[in-house]
Amino acid sequence: MDLLTGLTTLAADVPDPAGLLPARQQMALSLGWHIVLACFGVAFPTMILVMHWRGVYRDDPLALVLARRWAKVSAVLFAIGAVSGTVLSFEMGLLWPGLMGRFGDVLGLPFAFEGVAFFLEAIFLGIYLYGWGRIPPRRHLLMLVPMALTGIAGTFSVLAVNGWMNNPTGFRIVDGEVTDVDPWAAMFNSGVLWQFLHMWVAAFMVAGFSVAAVYAAGMLRGRRDRHHRLGFTVPFAFASVAALLQPAIGHLLGSRLADTQPAKLAAFELATETESPSPLRLGGLLVDGEARWSIDIPYLGSLIARNSLTAPVQGLDTIPLDEQPPVNITHLAFQSMVGIGTALALLALVYWVARWRGHDLLRSETRGGTWLLRAAVAAGPLAVVALEAGWIATEVGRQPWVVYGVMRTTEAAGNASTALWWVLGASAVLYAAMTIGAVLVLRSMARRWREGDESLPSPYGPELEPAEELRR
Amino acid sequence: MSLEIAVAAALFTGVVAYSVLGGADFGSGFYDLTAGGTRRGAELRRQVDHSIGPVWEANHVWLIFVLVVWWTGFPSTFAAVATTLAVPLVLALVGIVLRGSAFAFRKYAATVAQARFFGVVFAVSSVVTPFFLGTVAGAIASGRVPTAGEGDPWASWTGTTSLVGGVVAVGTCAFLAGVFLVTDAARAGKAGLTAALRRRVLVVGLLTGAVVLAALVPLHDDAPMLWAGLTGRALPLVLLSFVAGLTTVVLVAVRRFGPARWSAVLAVASVVSGWGVAQYPWLLVDEVTLVQAAGAPATLQGLLVVVGLAAVLVLPALGYLLWLTQTEAWSGAPGAREVQK
Repeated sequence: MDLLTGLTTLAADVPDPAGLLPARQQMALSLGWHIVLACFGVAFPTMILVMHWRGVYRDDPLALVLARRWAKVSAVLFAIGAVSGTVLSFEMGLLWPGLMGRFGDVLGLPFAFEGVAFFLEAIFLGIYLYGWGRIPPRRHLLMLVPMALTGIAGTFSVLAVNGWMNNPTGFRIVDGEVTDVDPWAAMFNSGVLWQFLHMWVAAFMVAGFSVAAVYAAGMLRGRRDRHHRLGFTVPFAFASVAALLQPAIGHLLGSRLADTQPAKLAAFELATETESPSPLRLGGLLVDGEARWSIDIPYLGSLIARNSLTAPVQGLDTIPLDEQPPVNITHLAFQSMVGIGTALALLALVYWVARWRGHDLLRSETRGGTWLLRAAVAAGPLAVVALEAGWIATEVGRQPWVVYGVMRTTEAAGNASTALWWVLGASAVLYAAMTIGAVLVLRSMARRWREGDESLPSPYGPELEPAEELRR
Repeated sequence: MSLEIAVAAALFTGVVAYSVLGGADFGSGFYDLTAGGTRRGAELRRQVDHSIGPVWEANHVWLIFVLVVWWTGFPSTFAAVATTLAVPLVLALVGIVLRGSAFAFRKYAATVAQARFFGVVFAVSSVVTPFFLGTVAGAIASGRVPTAGEGDPWASWTGTTSLVGGVVAVGTCAFLAGVFLVTDAARAGKAGLTAALRRRVLVVGLLTGAVVLAALVPLHDDAPMLWAGLTGRALPLVLLSFVAGLTTVVLVAVRRFGPARWSAVLAVASVVSGWGVAQYPWLLVDEVTLVQAAGAPATLQGLLVVVGLAAVLVLPALGYLLWLTQTEAWSGAPGAREVQK
């Protein structure tokens, strides 16, 4: 279900349903957009919690100011995240009737749990946002705790569905009918734990690096006050822990692939044929069935994918052509994710080691400090790119299956096509408008805060004159 | 009660809750739209923001709850409805997206011009969305969704019952919202706003009541199944709705706003429940019954576990939020500290 696989689908014998290509594009657009906001929904409350806690318990008014501003930012992000999530709920039926009609009762339960988690998050967000100055400070702070916890529960639930699509279980197919449905087995499938951890940690990388990048940019423009240092340090610390954990989690997740999804692994590694030991191929493309232009590092492929110096990575030649994912997209997306992830982990390491050795790069106006800040600014968008690349790698790598080994994506799509193309066009406009609106509003918030306007003026028209108010 | 019926009851509870709580949110868009120019409408718009700001996000989740329980509990009918009624669903969806984002954007807009733009988007989409959701309900109730899905993309939702469903949805949302808004305005001591809102609520209430009554007539031919149910099994609910609606109008007229809220909720909840009871036991009228459409028993049990969990976790939290919005500090009562802008 992605932007590009539709162009390279390999199933030749059965004609694709007319709704397949627009459905894939539509899903790619809406999910690719939503996933970034979902990261903020999951990770931002925890970061605000730490900042707010500092303000309340260490009596730090500056931290309180930051927590309150972040809360206002999260209100905007949460609102557009919620509506784009609703889009996805509708789309499950609009775009993939074949999947939902047949497997709705197998995969649906985790969605129901996600519904509960999201409900709680929305309720406590409302309480928290409107609770400033109206709820006793310590209780107000506590309202963030359920939000942080529901972020975990919600991530687990959504990834349970994706884990199931990659490792389907909890049902049998007898004479073409789905039977013996066990939704709990489907929910706690073998892939869910590592996929969940990978995504949850990624959310902290995206939100942490993005927020830190904003303050890093401010410091590059000379605003090196305590406000900016604090606003940088807290999210950067979250992002650093996440970035350093992520390679280990990713490795454990990836090492399952040799057993569960050899075609995806072969595409990740650009393994055209089974080699023992397998090299690690950096870069490169598959051209006419051959890997070209890659830099091969011997042994490392086996070591990374199989935890062994000799075990082979199963090659694409062992997989029927109509069961191979689009290899180049999968390979490049996977490598982009790993490459950027590694760079981000190094950035975190460099910053904290230097700081531990007495070089606080945020205080120094030296070239080293400037370069580090520039890297920190780039880290925000790069974390988003890595997120999208990772998502493309796992989703495109699963093709041509929507439910791995059970149902092809072609069987999940419907037959409407003209309508779906119109919907896609309209969605592109809508999402572009939403993006512009969000950027516009967030920038105006930042500008007014810089000018010292803490409580934003009412946007509902000119304030009434006192006399006028009396007359009413 | 069988497993299928228990899950269907939970699903329908979600529909009723969304009609009442989400409906009140959507309806406030009607007053926002008709509030007048920037200066004249400022007080009312501020009241709309104040009243629904803390709750709209939570109220919106009922819709997601309904969708998720539907596709999990009755998967094939969800696919059938989604493919047949794609047009009104997509239009409602566009409305939901524009409304939610524009509401958030307006609150933090940079200039009055921007706020006006976002405000118009918010208000228009608030009125349009319930209409299309209402047509979806009407299409299902009049038996226009085939079991196999991919029914007629236009005729399926442009029948009399659908259009009536849309108009009734818009009217009930506006009526509910008006009662809530006028109560909030009265409690905050805004006399001028209260008087203006009161007049409008009375007009909207009487109009909506007339439409609902008049709408029953064409249903006889267009949706005989539904008609039989509404005049048979569901008749007590229809009458209850009528009495509660009338009571609300009287209470608003005599400025007893507090109790009017409860009778307004009762009126809307009973009219929506009336539809559900009248349609029973069909899920897609004349096509599939609830029992036939149900998914695997293990999944239905699982869903009941989730519903139980939601009852334990969500309802108290939601109750706390709704209670907070009624407290002095939050409602903007005279003398209360107003810190958050």
